[in-house]
Formats: sequence, structure tokens, C-alpha cells
Amino acid sequence: MAKLKFPRLQQLILLSVVVLLAFVPLFGDLFYLRLFTRIMIYAMVALSLDIILGYGGMVSFGHAAFFGLGAYTVGILARFGVASAFLAWPAAILVSVLLAAVIGAVSLRTGGVYFIMITLAFAQMLYYFFFSLDVYGGSDGMPMVARNTFAGLIDINRHTTFYYLVFGIMVLILFVALRLMQSRFGMVIQGIRDNERRMRSLGFATYRYKLVCFIISAAVAGLAGALIANQTLYVSPSFLHWTRSGDILIMVILGGMGSLVGPMLGALCLLLTEEVLSGYTEHWMIVLGPLLIVVVLFARHGIYGLLAGTKQSG
Amino acid sequence: MMVSTQIDLSIVRGEIHAVIGPNGAGKTTLLAQLAGELKPDAGLIEFMGQDISLLPVHKRSRLGIARSYQITSIFPGFSAVDNVALAVQAGNGHSFRFWRDARGYSAVREAAWKVLQRVGLEQRAQVRAGHLSHGEQRQLEIAMALATRPKLLLLDEPMAGMGAEESERMIATLRGLKGENTVLLVEHDMDAVFTLADRVTVLVYGRVIATGSVDQIRSDAAVRKAYLGDEGSALNYA
Repeated sequence: MAKLKFPRLQQLILLSVVVLLAFVPLFGDLFYLRLFTRIMIYAMVALSLDIILGYGGMVSFGHAAFFGLGAYTVGILARFGVASAFLAWPAAILVSVLLAAVIGAVSLRTGGVYFIMITLAFAQMLYYFFFSLDVYGGSDGMPMVARNTFAGLIDINRHTTFYYLVFGIMVLILFVALRLMQSRFGMVIQGIRDNERRMRSLGFATYRYKLVCFIISAAVAGLAGALIANQTLYVSPSFLHWTRSGDILIMVILGGMGSLVGPMLGALCLLLTEEVLSGYTEHWMIVLGPLLIVVVLFARHGIYGLLAGTKQSG
Repeated sequence: MMVSTQIDLSIVRGEIHAVIGPNGAGKTTLLAQLAGELKPDAGLIEFMGQDISLLPVHKRSRLGIARSYQITSIFPGFSAVDNVALAVQAGNGHSFRFWRDARGYSAVREAAWKVLQRVGLEQRAQVRAGHLSHGEQRQLEIAMALATRPKLLLLDEPMAGMGAEESERMIATLRGLKGENTVLLVEHDMDAVFTLADRVTVLVYGRVIATGSVDQIRSDAAVRKAYLGDEGSALNYA
């Protein structure tokens, strides 16, 4: 197995965060257990957006569509009695992949602002679709009776079990994504981000690579959606709303795009800030807004760039 | 806009064929049309007996047409060797390979190193391309085009913006291509053109006004008149 190239400081940050997360359940506090489960799920969504945004240079403003679709797939299947995670979770991924193939095939014909607008439009279409889909709760959303089952192997209705499952999946996805970005495919994607015209003249069919990248990203978001449905035991259109796409974008930019780990830290910071500040005021965005401006102005590579002190390739 | 009005050009295998002409003659447009970045409204582009007039850029590249750009077009965040490796990778099967480290393909890496040696950049292989000097970036630009192992190399003003010393180095690099590669060279530097070219075509307002050997072009009255608009001092100088 080839070793991953990683500067030492970055390794240290990564390792300490992972170790800290591994010990959260030992405190035994249900509130924190649930909070950090949620954070890890959003960390995966942020990572998935970073694959297309930070590495592929595709600014998608509709990423919540895949997240929400994954959640709805699990929720709707549960209504039909399909409780097995072995069926429901791959189904969530598959549905997201199929949708991404359609949305990507259309959106990637454009670029820049048009790409942002088209992805946003698709996501909002999907939002209003579920918003008006009364059979499955419409604007109110719908509850799930229980979490998915694992053929008796593990019981994720136990919060600690679910926590460690999410933790395991997150670490696995991070590892796979780090490999992916150093693979030949990853090099092509980053080449397209930096200079698509040159990539074409070198002989790469750039559209195809971008589309596959878009689909991979959506698959991860779809899986995260399946997890959030299990976490909240409730599925609602708010998962697909454009403000949710905005939140995910903020996580990526705040944390530092093009680093995979950064956006995960961004999810951690954003959700913790929200948790703390919303205890004082419901207008917690008033504090977060200026913070984001400061980061964008003075720390181009986000929180992760500040911590690791190295410039990312972006 | 009609830029290339009437261009009838045949490029002979193994030759360096220079295209010269005053600003606005359509030299860069010609390269863009050959590479496929611009589609011609009419006419035919044949490459090794195949009609490629309607092929997109990446397919022409796969057939063996590579180009370099007048304005340096590299991947500034990658190291020099990674830039070239990416170009090698383009001609080394598809890149839907998601797991193995891209830097672990020894055949690709070796090919990239060889090309870097050819243009004299092997000492700077690990430097980020954005940190290379202008002259080195121009060399890298050529290296990337070469790395796709092209049958036809389209070079758009490789000496653009270079000092005397850097130009010398570039001329040496290009001389090394003679006989091995087929090159279409667009260049303003007459020194370079008359040193390197086996054949020269003069383009004025989208029309070919003369094609021939260096000596023929130097003594062609129409070229002196149309291209220089004066007594042909630049040609004499060269």
C-alpha cells in the first residue's frame, strides 16, 4: 500500500481530532453524544462538497439536494417496511448517484455563475417537490419509527453504537477520499480546477472526469443523508433547502477548501458555534457572519490553513 | 470575423515549419484551428490522411497534435515534474483510476523525468511550477506538450517575453527536436526562425503569401514588401 503524503503538523491535527472524537462516548453524556454524532455526519457532507468545490473547482450551491434525497430514501423505504440498513443505505447512495448523474450532466455543460445557479435551481426544485409531497409528510416532514436494522449484528438504537458506527464510516470516508485525491483521477480533477483548457489540450475529456467527480461527491452526501435520517428519526424538506446548501458551503470555506480535513473542522466549528451561541440568542448568525468575513479576508485557507500553517494546493 | 481567409498549408513530417507574419496575420488563430479550440467555418483540416475538421480538442490531442501557448499555461500549484507527469498520464490509458497513488506509476514518472531532462529542467523538477522563472515556465510549457508524445507539435511563440540568454536555451531545446518531431512554429524572433526552420510560411491578413526555404523567403520580394512594409531591414538583420 502506498503511504499517504502528509506534513507532520497536519498529521498531528488529524490524529488528535480523531482520537478526541473516539473518546466522546466515554463521558456518557447523551447530549454531547448526539451533538457530536450530528457534527460527524455534517463533517461527511462538508467533505463531500470539498471534493467537487475544493478539488474540482465546481461551486455547487445545491449540495443539500443529495443529502436530503439520501434522508428521504431511507425515510420512505422505512414507511414501506424496509428497515434493513443493508438495503436502505445503498439505496440512498444509489438514488443520490442517479440524481447527480442527471443534474451533473446538465449543469456541467455550464461553468462559473451559471453552474452555481443551475445547481441551486435543481436543489430548489427538489425541495418544493418534497414540500408538496403530502403522502410523505409534505411541508411537515415525516417521522421514522425506529433506526435501521443490521440483521441483528448491531443495534444502532443504542446511541453509543450509532455514534461509533458514524465515527467509523467518517474515518473510512476520509481515508478513501485522501487516497482518491492523490490517485490519477484526483490529479486530473485538480488539473481541471487549475487549468481546464490545458487539460483538454493535453487530451483529457474533462467533462467526463468532472461528471464522475460530481457523482462521487453526491454518493457521499447521500450516505450522510441516510445517517442523518437515522440520527433525527425525522425527515423533512428542510434538509434540502437552499440555506442548508449554504451552511455546507460555509463549513467548507470556513474550514479551508481543498484539504478534506479542513471542511470537517469547519463543520465542527460551525455547529459548535451554533450550539453555544443559540443558547444566548436566536440571531447567532450575527456573530458568525463577521467571523466568516474575517476568515475569508485573512485566512484564505481557512481554519485548517491557520492550524497547519501550510498553503494548500488550492 | 474572418481571420484565416485562405490558408493552404502542408506540413512535412520531421520538419520544423515556421509561420511568420505581422501582428494580426492570424497565426495564433491558425494554431487554435489546428488544435481544435476554434472551429473553422469552412475548409478542411487533414491529419495523416484523416479529416479532423470537426474533432474536439482532446480527441485531436489523442491523435497526436499537441500545442503550447503564447501565454504560459501550466498548473502553478503542482511541481514541475507533476505538471509533466499529468501530460504523460494523458497518453497512458484512461485516468479513471481512483486508488493507487498517481506518483506511484513508475513508467509515468520515468517518462516525465526524461522529458524534463530534454528541456533541461531536471534540477528544478520538485519546484512548484508557479515558483519557476519565466524562462523555466516556458521550457515547462514545451515539456508538457512533448510529454504527450505528439506527432505534430504546435508551438505558439515559445520565446515570448524571454531575455537573450533564455532565448538561447529555448533555441537549443527546439534544435534538439529537429528530425525527431514535426513542429509548426509560430515565432516573432527572426533569429530563432531562420536558425531553426526547414521551411517558412509567411502569413499576411489570413493569407499565405509565400512558402519556401529560409533562403527563398529571405529573397522573396513580395514577402519583403508585404510583411515588412519597408526595405526588409529585419530580414536582412537576420
